[in-house]
Amino acid sequence: MVDEGLLSWLRLLLPWEPLWPLIAAFILVLAIYLRGLGRRTQLSDIPGALGFLTGLAMMYAVMQTHFDYLAQYMFFVHRGQHLVLHHVGPFLIALSAPSAVLAAGSPNWLRTAWQRLAGSLPARAIYRVVQQPVIAGLLFVCLIYFWLIPSVHFEAMLSARYYWVMNLSMAIDGLLFWWLMLDPRPPGATPVTRSIGVRIMVLCAVMPPQIVLGAWIALSRDILFDVYAVCGRAWPIPPMLDQQLGGLLTWIPAAMMSVLATLALLRLLFRYERAQRTVTDSSLATTEAT
Amino acid sequence: MTGRRLCLPLLLPLFTAVLAACGDTAPEWRGHDITGVMPDLRYTLTGENGETMIAGAYSGKVRLLFFGFTHCPDICPATLGRLKSAMTLLDAQQRERVRVLFVSVDPKRDTPERLAEYTGYFGPRFVGLTGTQAQLTELSKRYRVTYGYAEPDENGAYAVSHSGAVFVFDPQGKVRLLFNQSVPVADIAADLRRLLEDTA
Repeated sequence: MVDEGLLSWLRLLLPWEPLWPLIAAFILVLAIYLRGLGRRTQLSDIPGALGFLTGLAMMYAVMQTHFDYLAQYMFFVHRGQHLVLHHVGPFLIALSAPSAVLAAGSPNWLRTAWQRLAGSLPARAIYRVVQQPVIAGLLFVCLIYFWLIPSVHFEAMLSARYYWVMNLSMAIDGLLFWWLMLDPRPPGATPVTRSIGVRIMVLCAVMPPQIVLGAWIALSRDILFDVYAVCGRAWPIPPMLDQQLGGLLTWIPAAMMSVLATLALLRLLFRYERAQRTVTDSSLATTEAT
Repeated sequence: MTGRRLCLPLLLPLFTAVLAACGDTAPEWRGHDITGVMPDLRYTLTGENGETMIAGAYSGKVRLLFFGFTHCPDICPATLGRLKSAMTLLDAQQRERVRVLFVSVDPKRDTPERLAEYTGYFGPRFVGLTGTQAQLTELSKRYRVTYGYAEPDENGAYAVSHSGAVFVFDPQGKVRLLFNQSVPVADIAADLRRLLEDTA
């Protein structure tokens, strides 16, 4: 006799609309990462691994479990989904600085293919453009606004194709943006590794537009997104409450992420300065010795 | 600086394209045109006499699909009432080529008999349908709508959340239009007339 309750819980882990290429991509990344961890066997990888795997699991959960069903039929759950896809998930992944582990775990063919792609001129040019700080900040904010234009939002929720374009565009932009912000390499290491000051300025600049948008939604006296009435909600909830909760989720945690990222950057800054001081001290010591 | 000079010409056409795409939708239909956005009409449900009903039963007719439940205090009677009024604006011949499919998502309370009585209030071209949870989930998922139940009160009455939209299918069963709660009766009638003429 299998427990019915357990079965229905397990069913919640299944995708509402399976997107097989996406599931395959997640499995591939997870396998490469775990293989990399196994090959390196470094104790210092553990905190990063926790962050990376949590971020990855969260992004998977909001797209390919029953959570996605709720996100399609409740505005506030949808806002939670985008908070994970565009903010929390990519933030954790970027903060974990996974490049070294991923590189260690990649099979040779994939590493070669990646190097060829990353080295190609068009890919480099596009990357340079989207990671230009002003453009990256604009893209980050405009994407949130774009998908929340009521008529655009209506189409996106009604069409299966646009729905996935919306979610994947949020996820990809989130990864690009937070990687640009939290890149742990010393500023200037690559043409897109910006100074800490520039990054903090971008983080501050993206905060007010998100606060304004979230407040506009949370404090609006009218229903702004009628697609949830059109399509039905997952359970009966006052539409106004749904919208207010969604507005708050757009408003407060989203802006808080900028604060958290600033703290992470300050930590990074202190670390560079300490490292530089050690270098200077030791060079001074060598000078004195000679 | 070179970065910024490079980016502006690249971004401008992008923004123009986005703006153009947004402003391009000329309001030809009064309802919302969703042609091609969703799959063709298909279902297996139970009819008002307890018989199995499939979408082919009314092929050749314009079909208006609406999800609700007979205990619904507001949206369902209001929507069906509006559809009834819109139908009276059509001539008899046109009316005969239209069917309203009222799918109850509350099969526990909405027996075929109860559905027959309920749709009877609105006219002979209103057809009551319901089904098992699996059948209803399949159909609602197909049209990207959902439904859910609230906790019952002490009398066992409970609220049901459901879609407030009317999906319009042409005689071939292709999805064409969506009417939300705010589309006036005259506009519904105008769109139906036009669709019937287009597909005559």
